Amino acid sequence: MLEVTGLRVAYGGIQAVRGINFHVAEGEMVALIGANGAGKTSTLKALARLLNAAGGSVRFRGEEISKLAPHALVSAGIALVPEGRGVFPRMSIVENLQMGAYCRSDKDAIAADIEHIFGLFPRLKERARQMAGTMSGGEQQMLALGRALMSRPKMLLLDEPSMGLAPIMVQKIFEVIRTVASEGMTVLLVEQNAKLALETSQRGYVMESGEITLTGDAADLLSDPKVRAAYLGE
Amino acid sequence: MDIFIQQIINGLVLGSIYALVALGYTMVYGIMGLINFAHGEVVMIGAMVALTVINLLLGSGLPGVVMALIGLAAAVPVCMATGFAIERIAYRPLRNAPKLAPLITAIGVSIVLQNVAMLVWGRNYHAFPPILPSVDFEVFEATITGVQVAIIAIAALMMIGLTLLVQRTRLGRAMRATAENPSIAQLMGVDTNRIISLTFVIGSSLAAVAGFMVSANYSIAHYYMGFILGLKAFTAAVLGGIGNLAGAMLGGILLGLIESLGAGYIGDLTGGFLGSHYQDVFAFFVLILVLVFRPSGLVGEKVAERA
Repeated sequence: MLEVTGLRVAYGGIQAVRGINFHVAEGEMVALIGANGAGKTSTLKALARLLNAAGGSVRFRGEEISKLAPHALVSAGIALVPEGRGVFPRMSIVENLQMGAYCRSDKDAIAADIEHIFGLFPRLKERARQMAGTMSGGEQQMLALGRALMSRPKMLLLDEPSMGLAPIMVQKIFEVIRTVASEGMTVLLVEQNAKLALETSQRGYVMESGEITLTGDAADLLSDPKVRAAYLGE
Repeated sequence: MDIFIQQIINGLVLGSIYALVALGYTMVYGIMGLINFAHGEVVMIGAMVALTVINLLLGSGLPGVVMALIGLAAAVPVCMATGFAIERIAYRPLRNAPKLAPLITAIGVSIVLQNVAMLVWGRNYHAFPPILPSVDFEVFEATITGVQVAIIAIAALMMIGLTLLVQRTRLGRAMRATAENPSIAQLMGVDTNRIISLTFVIGSSLAAVAGFMVSANYSIAHYYMGFILGLKAFTAAVLGGIGNLAGAMLGGILLGLIESLGAGYIGDLTGGFLGSHYQDVFAFFVLILVLVFRPSGLVGEKVAERA
């Protein structure tokens, strides 16, 4: 479904991503793990066209998307849940969800999908008319995830969904991520929490200093001594 | 008492016009953090185009109100095109430049437009022909003209319309989302360049109406009229809290009232030492006070952003 070849990202003269290759098959959940500064977020930002790649190709469902305008990506079927959540703080929960459905025009289905999101996250329903900026980090993460789902994407890109959240919130968020994935959603999950990411995914890629150094089935990576030493603190 | 009521009426009329212009400043500031100092010139162009068209129609035998409406209908698209072009030509290339660059450019655009207007319409004052029916109403011993009633009513309608557009529609949501965080708005599929263009176009249409109102109410237009009017509307936007639509409306009305009452009573208060031609002092005195004591404006407060 997603095919990345030779992707490079540079800030000025500094190469953050040095020509990486990876792919995500349809219906698959893949983790991209690595330490802080390894280039994971830069990779996602380049995929979502928030950054211009310095080189390489990104094909989504057979089509080259690395030159698309950033706002065209949603219509192509990709939704990114950005690092730090990026909800619109001065818009209500409902309005944030409506923004997720910005590219859709099927009013009734949008209303039904909002109810569906409220079903996944009852907490959001309780606060439907509240400004998003007044919510806790975990609630904002729920909202960001719900908002991404509102576009009815074919693929979800998740950037550090566990960052800065209380363990109970992380659990709740990942429960929903698993549910969504089990319903057939293709997911690329970027996480610093390698254990959690690999336990949730089918396959994984390990990124180090802008390069992919290791790849394989999530279960194999979890038991790999190098991964255990570097990312699982053993 | 009658003078007080009269000044209140004058202040509301002036304030309605300030509010319409201030909305243009505040919308652009809200969405891209830019103070579009050329906005006053768009008001001037609106007044000039309307006057030109009305003067062309003078011999046509059409009723005065119809001529005025045709003049206004001509001014709106010209101003929309001007606003669109200003953003496209002057500001868009500087989207990622340091903040000072577009600000200086805005002043440059303002000077360019003034000079173009001077070349097109000359240096002289243009009189608004007496085509509008002069109906006067008596309110508590004060007088309000039909034109003034129309100005207040139209300005109110436009402000209500804009508020509904921004708060209730998909386009309005996209505008607010772009104002809050343009990259996240793009992630939602919002073409932020298009939203920014539309913001300029909508602001410019308000400016066109305001320009028409100024020339109709004071019966005069001039290539330089946009400068001081623009500065005052900017003051109104800052008074209300720049970036905030309700603030711009409130700031506009308040500034109109302050100016009008100030000009009405400054003579008495200073024993005749200062006259009503010191009217302009009040706006800038207010600007200084706001910047010193409440830079965020009257209603410009931020929702707490936790986490």
